Amino acid sequence: MKKPSTSKVLLAVAAPIAAAVVSIVVSSFAVLASKKSPMDAYKTMWEFGTQAGSLLEVLNIATPYYIAAIAIAVTFRAGLFNIGVEGQLRLGALFSAYLSAKFVLPPVLHVLAVFLIAMTVGGLWAAIAAYLKVKRGVSEVISTIMLNSLAVGLTSFLFSQYFAEITEGSNNLTTKTLPASAQVPDLMPLLNKLGVEDQPGGGVYGMLLVAIALGIAFWFIVNRTRFGFELRASGANPIAARVSGVNSKKMIFLALVISGAIAGLAGLPDILGDTHSYTMGFRPGVGFTAIAVALLGRNGALGMAISALLFGFLEVSSRSLELIDIAPETYVIMQGSILLSSVIAYEVIRRYKITLQSKELAKAVAA
Amino acid sequence: MKVETGTVHALVGENGAGKSTVMKILYGMQRPDGGEILVNGQAVNFKNPNDAIDASIGMVHQHFMLADNFTVLENIILGAEPKHGITIDFAAARKKVAEMSAAYGLDVDPDVLVEELGVGQRQRVEILKVLYRGARILIFDEPTAVLVPQEVDDLFNALKGLRAEGMAIIFISHKLDEVLRVADDVTVVRAGSTVAQVKSKDVTARELAELMVGSELPQPTTHGDTRRPEVTLSLKDVSVPTKSGSRDLISHISFDLQAGEVIGIAGVEGNGQAELVEAIMGLREYTGQIEFKGKNIDNYSVAHRHDAGIGLIPEDRQRQALMMNSPLWENRILGHQRSKPVMRGFILDKKATIADTRVIMDEFDVRAPGPHTLATALSGGNQQKFIVGREMSKAPALLVASHPTRGVDEKGMAIVLISADLEELIGMSDRLLVMLRGAITAELNPQKTTPEQLGSAMTGAQ
Repeated sequence: MKKPSTSKVLLAVAAPIAAAVVSIVVSSFAVLASKKSPMDAYKTMWEFGTQAGSLLEVLNIATPYYIAAIAIAVTFRAGLFNIGVEGQLRLGALFSAYLSAKFVLPPVLHVLAVFLIAMTVGGLWAAIAAYLKVKRGVSEVISTIMLNSLAVGLTSFLFSQYFAEITEGSNNLTTKTLPASAQVPDLMPLLNKLGVEDQPGGGVYGMLLVAIALGIAFWFIVNRTRFGFELRASGANPIAARVSGVNSKKMIFLALVISGAIAGLAGLPDILGDTHSYTMGFRPGVGFTAIAVALLGRNGALGMAISALLFGFLEVSSRSLELIDIAPETYVIMQGSILLSSVIAYEVIRRYKITLQSKELAKAVAA
Repeated sequence: MKVETGTVHALVGENGAGKSTVMKILYGMQRPDGGEILVNGQAVNFKNPNDAIDASIGMVHQHFMLADNFTVLENIILGAEPKHGITIDFAAARKKVAEMSAAYGLDVDPDVLVEELGVGQRQRVEILKVLYRGARILIFDEPTAVLVPQEVDDLFNALKGLRAEGMAIIFISHKLDEVLRVADDVTVVRAGSTVAQVKSKDVTARELAELMVGSELPQPTTHGDTRRPEVTLSLKDVSVPTKSGSRDLISHISFDLQAGEVIGIAGVEGNGQAELVEAIMGLREYTGQIEFKGKNIDNYSVAHRHDAGIGLIPEDRQRQALMMNSPLWENRILGHQRSKPVMRGFILDKKATIADTRVIMDEFDVRAPGPHTLATALSGGNQQKFIVGREMSKAPALLVASHPTRGVDEKGMAIVLISADLEELIGMSDRLLVMLRGAITAELNPQKTTPEQLGSAMTGAQ
């Protein structure tokens, strides 16, 4: 047996390091373009971002990113691309917030009912694209993009015309507030026991635990079960998968519907942990940012967790850029350059690894 | 290895010996680790196939790279069109192609669509395409694999014409009788190294074979009759219609296959063999009935057929049988993901799978560092051995094998064997069925059939 050589270790860390260097260079140019020092910008961001209060917020922002990224990864692994997560999570969030406020159940059960409604609605919305793909051969990329537009329009319409109530003393529209039984408790008391002090401006959503559980389940199912293998086989080589006995239509349908159901959950963290209702201020774009999170995380459970946290960190810490007169939107450039350079770096390393293996093989054959 | 102008130089070796790698390096598709290549005495360094083409090296691929809905002329000039301002100068192209056809004896009508051509003619178009780009060194990768004997004769005549014109020809093959017929010099490779370079007139096929394998050949095992009375596979009136319903891809195929019997399906590629395989595996809808071990399996899914004990070695292994960017141990699972040893219930047993992958690699001599090697790193021959090993590991009652060449060792199982290698077909089969335009047109006794007779039957000449 061969022992892991230093070159192997180097290879493993080469891609992330290369990507980090390139993205820092690109981002620095963006900061320089606004005639500011990149060093100052990074220092300010780091100092602000690593404050305890900021870090807790990073967790809250990363939670929906992570759940939505898992939804997307389910389809990526199957060789499909669900761009419709944004629409699925909005519809799921709206319906579950609206319907769940109409009944009362014991605490845990009520939360499960909220999940169930959101997943059902998200899954059904994705099922439209799945049906079109399987029965009519419509590309899921196109159909989910179009379904996004429909979903955004539909949620606005239903929300403003039927589901919303006007809160007294404000002009904010919200659905009826969820009863306490349907709210997910904050993790702050738990963190207090672990020695984390209360921070001004908030706690940590309980949905974080759901996201972690989902990540573990995703890893296990994809890597360790027959369903997961067949899903990956369909992505790796759809023809060989079919020849090996995978029912490709069923697999496409399941992957998209499961993805939609998980997407439904991604709309819930803010509602269950903070607003307790669907509001006009519902955070837009989570489903799109999550595509980048999934790509950067290479569709792996751990990788996506790291990239969700990184995106959250950039988003929170970049607010401090305003303090030194840099547009906080600079973080979008940072996210973009990280994503692009890492995708390229990983591909380069992947090809290099194949070449290396071929050489190793030539040696083994010659021996 | 040294190739002289005006000669045909054959490169022979077993599957996985390194023939394809040499070819890829010569054509700029892969970079050598060391050593040098000289063309007309000049050292060259190819970064990609364009460099090789510039150095007047041309390749005739085993699988034709032609656009079916273009004419012969359009295919030949594609990518190297003579310009007339911004338009294509078809007149000049036509003239040049006509000259080349005449000069090298490669006769083909320039205005016919490629989709209307037979395999032999398509190959001629490929050769013209390469010549049109000014190649003086021609590499032929297993050029006879898809041809019937008569077409092989035509090809060899054309090769002699090219040789007379001062071209250098590199002929890659593992069919030794053909090599001896056409080549002047022979280089034998084994396990990645040149083991011999000989004049073809100085050696016999048996000597070449020994050089290739590296030891005394075992006596060719005469295929004993292992047939048992029970019928393993029975097709009754099986047809596969086209989507438009205009014509059957295969029509009214019926045959019984006994346990332990090998039935050889002969036919020129594209005459329904692939569709027959897909019907048996349940990958294509068909009419008629298929029975396996006495049970009707028409309603069985593909997975169900695998699990019932039908093994498959498909025609295009990279496309149909492997996940190229996955390690071998994951490829071991493909087609077996519903049973032991790779599964414990619904959970994947990674340890057992890796162990079993090692066993297959040992038993079938798959040359690779280990179960974690990616399938894409393996040579075609080793990929092949791996797939054969994978399918044999479940001890199937029936094996459907397309172009398996060697490695399939019949242990009393029934085999449907589809091959373009007529000698392999005759040597291994108990019974030969000839397919032409989707129908079975002849049944032959392999013991009384020569490759020439079989070739004629395949073209419908008899």
